[in-house]
Amino acid sequence: MAQLSADNHGLRLVVRYTVLGLIALIFVFPLVFMLMSSLKPDAQLLSDTRSLRAFLPVGDISLDNYFDAFRRAPVGLFIFNSVIVTGVTVVLTLFICSAAAFAFVFVDWRGRDLVLTLILATLIVPFETIAIPLLLIASKLPWLGFDGLTYGWLNSYQVQIIPFVADGLTIFLFVQYFKDLPGELIEAARVEGASWWQVYRRVVIPLAGPVLATAAILKFLVMYNQYLWPLMVVQEERYRPVMVGLQYFFQLNRAWGEIMAYLSLITVPVLAFYLFLQRAFIASIASTGVKG
Amino acid sequence: MKSLRLLATSIAITTAMSSAAFAQTTLTMWYHGAGNEVESSIVNQIISDFNASQSDWVVEMQSFPQAAYNDSVVAGALAGNLPDILDVDGPVMPNWAWSGYMQPLQIDEAKIANYLPGTKGVWNGELYSIGLWDAAISLVTRQSYLDELGLRTPTLAEPWTGEEFMDALAKAKASGNFDYALDLGTAWTGEWYPYAFSPFLQSFGGDIIDRSTYTSAEGVLNGDAAVAFGNWWQGLFEDGYAQATQDPADRDNGFNSGKYAFSWNGNWAALGTLDAYDDVLFLPAPDFGNGSKIGAASWQFGVSAASEHPEGASAFIEFALQDKYLAEFSNGIGLIPATASAAAMTENYKEGGPLAVFFDLSEAQALVRPVTPGYVVAAKVFEKALADIANGADVQDALDSAVDEIDADVAKNDNYGF
Amino acid sequence: MASKFTRSNSTGWLMAGPAAVLMGLFIVLPFLFAIGLSFTNQRLISPNPTQFVGLSNYSQLLGVGLLTLEPERNEAGDVVRAEDGAVSYPALRGYTRNNPDYPQLDGMREWFSFSLGESRTYVLARDVVFAKAVVNTIIFVLVVAPVQGGLALVLALLINQKLRGINVFRAIYFMPVVVSIVVVSLLWRFIYDGQSGLLNNLLSALTFGAFPRIDWLGNPSTALGAIIAMSIWQAVGFHMVIWLSGLQTISPSLYEAAAIEGASKWQTFRYVTWPGLRNTAVLVLIVITMQAFALFAQIDVMTSGGPLDSTQTIVFQAVERGYGKQDISGGSTISVILFVFVLAISLLQRWLTREKK
Repeated sequence: MAQLSADNHGLRLVVRYTVLGLIALIFVFPLVFMLMSSLKPDAQLLSDTRSLRAFLPVGDISLDNYFDAFRRAPVGLFIFNSVIVTGVTVVLTLFICSAAAFAFVFVDWRGRDLVLTLILATLIVPFETIAIPLLLIASKLPWLGFDGLTYGWLNSYQVQIIPFVADGLTIFLFVQYFKDLPGELIEAARVEGASWWQVYRRVVIPLAGPVLATAAILKFLVMYNQYLWPLMVVQEERYRPVMVGLQYFFQLNRAWGEIMAYLSLITVPVLAFYLFLQRAFIASIASTGVKG
Repeated sequence: MKSLRLLATSIAITTAMSSAAFAQTTLTMWYHGAGNEVESSIVNQIISDFNASQSDWVVEMQSFPQAAYNDSVVAGALAGNLPDILDVDGPVMPNWAWSGYMQPLQIDEAKIANYLPGTKGVWNGELYSIGLWDAAISLVTRQSYLDELGLRTPTLAEPWTGEEFMDALAKAKASGNFDYALDLGTAWTGEWYPYAFSPFLQSFGGDIIDRSTYTSAEGVLNGDAAVAFGNWWQGLFEDGYAQATQDPADRDNGFNSGKYAFSWNGNWAALGTLDAYDDVLFLPAPDFGNGSKIGAASWQFGVSAASEHPEGASAFIEFALQDKYLAEFSNGIGLIPATASAAAMTENYKEGGPLAVFFDLSEAQALVRPVTPGYVVAAKVFEKALADIANGADVQDALDSAVDEIDADVAKNDNYGF
Repeated sequence: MASKFTRSNSTGWLMAGPAAVLMGLFIVLPFLFAIGLSFTNQRLISPNPTQFVGLSNYSQLLGVGLLTLEPERNEAGDVVRAEDGAVSYPALRGYTRNNPDYPQLDGMREWFSFSLGESRTYVLARDVVFAKAVVNTIIFVLVVAPVQGGLALVLALLINQKLRGINVFRAIYFMPVVVSIVVVSLLWRFIYDGQSGLLNNLLSALTFGAFPRIDWLGNPSTALGAIIAMSIWQAVGFHMVIWLSGLQTISPSLYEAAAIEGASKWQTFRYVTWPGLRNTAVLVLIVITMQAFALFAQIDVMTSGGPLDSTQTIVFQAVERGYGKQDISGGSTISVILFVFVLAISLLQRWLTREKK
């Protein structure tokens, strides 16, 4: 079993861990700052930022900011909305975009190159550019729901989900990854008479662990941090997601402690999702019969 | 026969009752108070009182966070999804009225006869919005600072002149007790800049736009008076009296923890300062030659153009115009109640109250921001010019390009109807 | 290789169909709409009717002009100089405002200028802020693309070891991506503070007080660099993860073979790792470039384009114009210009990195 770095000599190990650790310090301190600040009262929080005390749990520590944050805004509701919107979007995206990428890479069909080029071209279009026209479209679309046929998708979950299910970045991610998979496996399966769907499900998806995890976390992040679109299309509090909810704390007399507490709370789902996906980032190479 | 009559009567009564129930129309309302517990609870109080006081209308409120409110309304207007009642920031109202989001109010004008001028939103000769409070700014400092630095205490009748003010700043800086002499609030980018700093420009004799025609800023924003203002403004930063880039934490907390000798701040922050010190003074703005000026106009209630029940919406707004509500708002958020009679009922603004001086300041010195739909663009252009000058740009150039941009915008919009 | 095992029109359309339809409706259609808007004078909402204005929005943004001026001379024919010795030139405004001899320069402002001998050449632009935004964005892309992509690769290689607890480090390196831009910007503002920010404190300590205190975000020469550093720090974890997924596709037996043949670390990288990363490299490069061109959030939260336009970017201008100044047609015009520009660059990139068959 090949080891990418087989060095376990003591000194080398210490050096490695030190380097990794120093780099880790550079990357972890915002989280530490956020968490520590959420435990401090406002005045102390602000004065601590002048020094290294900002990263230490010193002074008047308590959970007061968290209680106050819950009083000021329906935090639980916002997190719930964000998790629903993000979760559904991620699941749909993984399916639809990987299927499309599969078709682009392994299937030969008329119009393939043109459609792929168009899709990749959309990578250049920043969202702010199309937000207003999209708003106009979304306010006129029909929807078949429990009340029957209604027009206008505003103030709903679907308006926050459906426009974002297919995106160029995710498709591109899958395409580049699939290109690296051995084409012979696909050939072999097709020769044995497998249908395209079987090839997709049985051959490609099991090999796609790392890219599925990557696409999932990236999409999760984008959807979870959305602000402009929910601001425009959601006017009722019951559908608001977390980043719009953050504005509740930026009233005239800002409560920085509560802001930090709120931010700490809303970071939890993202962290949890990322840690959950950690294992999938590592391909289980030994068991997949990748040719040597 | 009798039973038939009884049946008919009971049917009639039931129908009358259900039609009375049907006659209760729901009015939707948007308010910018989400996250602000005090404001929200007062508004909710007014709403429930109104709903209980009559049976024609029921008002339902949807709360929005203040920072996102204007964008939400514009998006709502684009999507055709505006409520019946909405509140609007004073200087933005002409833009919304001209754009067609709002319709004039149908309230009894006698009720607002005593209201502070800054609370009335008038456009094109019609009343579109009315506010329950006004906001004012003052130069905040402490009596002990003035005594230490040997400065005269300015009064409403005799404010500091421009020279006295600069002398005060120089003394504060020389004393070495403060990080900076003056806290201008440059951390609060956005509407604060034109609201807080255009009064200085007006005190020098300039203005954001020429108010006689509202079609050009030439001569008022880049004339001699304005350039004098620009040089003074740049001098504040070059000479180290104030910071061009400021930490938001310093703005919120700096004066209260002794970093600054003077703070140019609004009365919504006054309550916090009163807690921090016991010898707080709220001084009038310095007079740079054209009289002391401060800003005016805050949030006001209005009716959206698409509302199908404007009479109900106006009825609600008229209901809210009671002194007791004005006093409650003032006590809760610290802003100036719209009438003197309401002021007498409040803790802070009654005769001798700690913030009573703001009421007089507002009456004497308030000048509303330019009443034009073009204000939305002009404010942004002005803010950028101020920031650029603070960072060292050439004053005449910065003001000239600001004038060019404002004029171009007005021309592009057919002079906004002027 | 097209054979009957790979050709299938119906499958192709069926599998790619949903994605294509969704993107067509929610991205392509709005963008076509935006293109249409750029040829009008549409405001966000206004009672004035919308008019078709052709290319005037474009010329308003992209107009440039050149003007060479001779210095002012007094009656004796000597050059007039200002107090500090600088040569005095006639005021530019006289040429650019209502001057019938120079109609093409009307409304332009100075972008930059240089001296050739005694005369001074001014490069004018009709929209100087936009011109600066374009330059800043290009600088940002040119710096960030290689630096961020390269750093991310280094980190990915570092993380791809079989050490105990390596997962913890992987999670930590990804942290900045997870944390919201609000916290990141707040934190970095404290770091960059001109008086007592952490960066100034650190530099001062390291140089024993020799290094002066700089207001990193308030100084036009350092502001863009500060934003660049912060952006790279925040996003490098994102691309590290993408490189990682590419590294996983390289078969370990290739590494075994290299080890058996006694290849050094560098040789292993160059002949085994790097070729296997080709497709990922294309992905990372293109994605970083796209994201760099779309720089907006950090500017919006931290500097609003200042100081003195040193951190203006194209998308920030598009948003400010479209929403802030309610000129949705101007905002759309900027977006179209950006699109064409980036399309050209990405086509160039694709051509340069095409697979040589």
